[in-house]
Amino acid sequence: MTLPRTPSQTVGPYYEIGLCRRSENELVPPGEPSAVRLTGQLLDGDEVPVSDGVIEVWDAENRRWGRCGTDADGRFSFLVGGVQHLEVYVFARGLLRHQLTRIYFPGAASEAPAALVAEQEDGGLRFDIRLQGERQTVFFAV
Amino acid sequence: MAMTDERTPIVLPDDPSFGPDVQLDYPGYRSTRLRVPNRPIASLPEELHDLEGPVFGNDALDELDSDLTRQHAGDPLGERIIVTGRVFDQNGRAIRGALVEVWQANAAGRYHHDVDRHPAPLDPNFSGAGRCLTDDDGRYRFVTVKPGAYPWGNHENAWRPAHIHFSIFGRLFTQRLVTQMYFPGDPLFAYDPIFNAVRDPSSRRLLVARFDLETTQPEWALGFQWDIVLGATPVET
Repeated sequence: MTLPRTPSQTVGPYYEIGLCRRSENELVPPGEPSAVRLTGQLLDGDEVPVSDGVIEVWDAENRRWGRCGTDADGRFSFLVGGVQHLEVYVFARGLLRHQLTRIYFPGAASEAPAALVAEQEDGGLRFDIRLQGERQTVFFAV
Repeated sequence: MAMTDERTPIVLPDDPSFGPDVQLDYPGYRSTRLRVPNRPIASLPEELHDLEGPVFGNDALDELDSDLTRQHAGDPLGERIIVTGRVFDQNGRAIRGALVEVWQANAAGRYHHDVDRHPAPLDPNFSGAGRCLTDDDGRYRFVTVKPGAYPWGNHENAWRPAHIHFSIFGRLFTQRLVTQMYFPGDPLFAYDPIFNAVRDPSSRRLLVARFDLETTQPEWALGFQWDIVLGATPVET
């Protein structure tokens, strides 16, 4: 038996009501030795920050999950650690279905495509997500 | 990719060839223009095909999370409704313990959110957010009020049909779904580019709840049934 899939619709501009009621962006406690701050910006095809997006990250190795809505500058921020890479879902107003990417930690995996490795910045890590254009982030079909 | 300007039709003709897939660059929905990816998409890494997703427990829930009419001191205004249904994978197996999150406008069509400037009243007794976990039959259930239609800036005289936003975590990581549930017979369906970005009419119907007299509680609330089907679960080896 194969049932027809329920189609996707955009998360819209008001997702904070349902998806950001709790602070859920710390995958590891702040005191943990491996804890590192991962920040980035979500950008549209004109490199304009997307202020109504939401990023979900999944550390499947340690079964730790986090979620963060983007702020007025399109920024998101997570506290992560003890992992080689994160699976990342991107939702936004104007995206009728979420996109999937992956963020590798620097030096974590030799097979990691360079475009998906976070950069060291101010003692933390940085990974910007570009939804379209020449520098579009590598997204996976899902 | 499709370009949009004032001459672009808001709603395109039906196209069943899309099946359950939403047209990501649907031109009538203006906000897609600078946001939909327009470069090639990579294939899904092999190890993600059967990767398990996050699992949530009762600690993800607060008391009264599934009853949006009891989260404040008084009753919210509007038509009280019960929205319930089951979550399946494409193989037809019920998914139990799935986290279902909902958010919606109030009965007047206004969201409890700073960005919403629609001059309709806020309701001090309605936040419009709910959560629950599906039971052993994959069933979720919310008590809420029917959301109102509301205007938006997409095009001249644009109105969204009444809808409830749904977010569902399946068993597998790839079974994640965020979508919107609509109400039967809404006269705005024909004019809404978000709804019609699902080009296949039979797939579009899957976004519309069914009025159900069995679910309706006498002297209390109208009942609606809406089942959700997530992606397939690969056969276990």
